[in-house]
Amino acid sequence: MPKLELQGVIKRFGDRTVCDGINLTVDEGQMVCLIGASGSGKSTLLRCINLLEPIEDGAIFLDGEDISIPGLNPQSVRARIGIVFQSFNLFPHMTALENVMLAPRRVRGLFRAELQPEVEALFARFGLADRMHNYPDQLSGGQQQRVAIVRALAMQPEVMLFDEITSALDPQLVGEVLDVLLMLKKQGMTMVMATHEMGFAREAADKICFLDSGRIIEEGPPEAVFDHPSHQTTQAFLARALK
Amino acid sequence: MSKTLTIAASSVLFLSTAAYAQDQCAAGKTLTDGKFTIATGNPAYYPWVIDDAPEKGEGFEAAVAFAVAEEMGFAADDVVWVRSSFDEAIQPGAKEFDVNMQQYSITPERDQVVDFSAPYYTAPMAVLVSPNATETAPTLEALKGLQWGAVGSTTAVPKLASIIQPDSDPLLYGDNADVNAAMSANQIDAALFDLPTALFLSAVMIEGSKVIGQFPADESDNPDQFGMLMEDGNPLKTCVDEALATLAENGKLAEIEAKWLQDTTGVPLIK
Amino acid sequence: MTRRERYEAHQRRRSLVIATISTVTVVAAIYFLVPLAPGWTKVQQSFFNGETLVKTFPKLLEAFRINVMIFAWSAPAIAVLGLLIALARDAKSPALFPLRIFGAAFTDVFRGVPVILTVYLIGFGIPGLGLPRPWNSPYIWGSLALILTYSAYVAEIFRSGIDSVHHSQRAAALSLGLSERQVMRDVVLPQAIRNVVPSQMNMLIALQKDVSLLSFIGPVEIFRQAGVFKSLLANFTPYVGAAIIFLIVTIPATRYADHLMARQMRERR
Ligand SMILES: Nc1ncnc2c1ncn2[C@@H]1O[C@H](COP(=O)(O)OP(=O)(O)OP(=O)(O)O)[C@@H](O)[C@H]1O
Ligand SMILES: [Mg+2]
Repeated sequence: MPKLELQGVIKRFGDRTVCDGINLTVDEGQMVCLIGASGSGKSTLLRCINLLEPIEDGAIFLDGEDISIPGLNPQSVRARIGIVFQSFNLFPHMTALENVMLAPRRVRGLFRAELQPEVEALFARFGLADRMHNYPDQLSGGQQQRVAIVRALAMQPEVMLFDEITSALDPQLVGEVLDVLLMLKKQGMTMVMATHEMGFAREAADKICFLDSGRIIEEGPPEAVFDHPSHQTTQAFLARALK
Repeated sequence: MSKTLTIAASSVLFLSTAAYAQDQCAAGKTLTDGKFTIATGNPAYYPWVIDDAPEKGEGFEAAVAFAVAEEMGFAADDVVWVRSSFDEAIQPGAKEFDVNMQQYSITPERDQVVDFSAPYYTAPMAVLVSPNATETAPTLEALKGLQWGAVGSTTAVPKLASIIQPDSDPLLYGDNADVNAAMSANQIDAALFDLPTALFLSAVMIEGSKVIGQFPADESDNPDQFGMLMEDGNPLKTCVDEALATLAENGKLAEIEAKWLQDTTGVPLIK
Repeated sequence: MTRRERYEAHQRRRSLVIATISTVTVVAAIYFLVPLAPGWTKVQQSFFNGETLVKTFPKLLEAFRINVMIFAWSAPAIAVLGLLIALARDAKSPALFPLRIFGAAFTDVFRGVPVILTVYLIGFGIPGLGLPRPWNSPYIWGSLALILTYSAYVAEIFRSGIDSVHHSQRAAALSLGLSERQVMRDVVLPQAIRNVVPSQMNMLIALQKDVSLLSFIGPVEIFRQAGVFKSLLANFTPYVGAAIIFLIVTIPATRYADHLMARQMRERR
């Protein structure tokens, strides 16, 4: 049974169809990369998986359980699926530590003291041990993005979604964030990421999905998609992206 | 050159005397020649002016106004009524009236800014109590314990402080209507007014209220006297004073007072 | 000193000199020309009478304590009620629909009616229903009138503050599994409140002045006390004295609000 499965997911904004029948399976411990032109629907798809956007039709399964039933309380699902955004979205009025502790305290019902060791270990693992008490505006972009990842991980999610998490970073900071992803992959985290980092996708991904106008028009292992794209749109996109 | 001027001047003089044949103290001193402009409140209240219609000459102040005008040589038709607010009238500067009658207490401080005629009425202060306090004895001792109210712009305020010295701070209001509302809301037990106002309020405005006493004139160091208010340095003052003196002498003023302001002996003195 | 520093020092001296000369000119013009106006002595006598000012100032200051007192208990109540109204208006659950309607009606009514009318209606009206003392006190009901009116304005400001928090903050908080209520309390409101502090400071300053409206229903606060003196002395100087006392309080507060506002602008940039 796949960890995460999407069947014919349709998402519309008004009369505009942004996800047009998406089918996708993600196995436990797999890293799936979504690539595609700007506006092709990558972010929207990730937000649908996290139930931040209700879907019009189709179904989403987590461990075989339909999580997209209309009216289902999304809270418990969101606690199991973490998401990290392109623009970090840290809470500016809280320190890095408070950002990370908020959800575990509120949702998992833990006290600060109970959480402290676990969270400190996370900070240390991502090279942020000396940044715990800084506010977001006192951190570099790379550090902020790593705090955002730690914040999602502190909920001990089963699946992580990443939405172009390096796009807002200076080139020299991209590496430190991508290293974090490799680390997570090594630990067996199931991940879906939208990215424009073709090099990284090729190296790290188990599967590449190419999105065009809300459809996955090509998918497969990186070598297949990058080296022998079958679809003309994919060829054109890759020619531009890899130039 | 100077001859023509003299002729012109004397003809103007002749014309103006010809227009008003009466022996006129007020000639040329009024706002409009030949008219006597009198201001009153907006609205003007009973018993000072009946039905807010001063031109009818009914009510104490309206009657006094016409008596004074007559004494000064104006026909009833030559009396022009205008309205003014209380505050407007005591500001320095030019006035849009010859005299203003709305129960202005004569005070030396006001007298520096405006002129007052000789008093046309001396009002004793009286205590109006709410329906809940009608049993209060007319003694200073009993009055001290009440919650007091008054109109903030009247001389009732210093009198409250100096004579009654209430136990709790008095509440002050903008006008009689607000004192009235506060008494109806049971927020105050008693209010200090001049006697005529107090009688009017108890009779007409606040059901169940009562005027329980008045202060003897000698105890209030400085009894309220109403005067006609005029612009500072108005030359008309001597004429108005003369007329009032005549009216006082021949008893007409007392007659008017008796007619329009009730006999006040029903209200006991406060001990 | 570098060339640039020399140039800037020169510029600074120059602007200082120009500013000084123009200020002195304006002040001198006012100082010498105004007294030439024909009515000046009379105006001075009745608005700027030093003797009267000295005589009445202590009592005015004492009366101002009442303003401060009313302000002190109204302001926190306004903050709390304003926030509740703002939250009621943004309530999403259908069960809370009546609350939304109520919140909307509340803000419409109390922003639409002149404060003085509310003060009269509530200050005289509710006690007139027959409440016993001390529950009919004009202090209680007058303050309530201020609280209701100002809550309506403050609620709208809070709402604009809530709107000013970027929706991505909500999304981020929701994605962590927080409930709508937790998102509001822990993430949106703290930022919203911080964003509107300068605007709310201005409301406080306005409130400080509007406390004087309670004088219409009895309390002898500074404005009424000045009015008593005005009638007694036939002189408007006590009002000037009251204005001075207000300014002593409101100018620093206004400056502070401006300072906060400017700092916020800098931070946003
Ligand atoms: N809330 C919304 N309302 C209406 N239209 C939306 C909304 N969110 C996204 N869209 C539209 O949906 C389409 C897909 O947007 P999406 O952000 O998913 O693209 P993307 O593939 O992530 O692009 P990029 O690479 O630029 O991030 C776009 O045309 C966008 O304008
Ligand atoms: Mg996107």
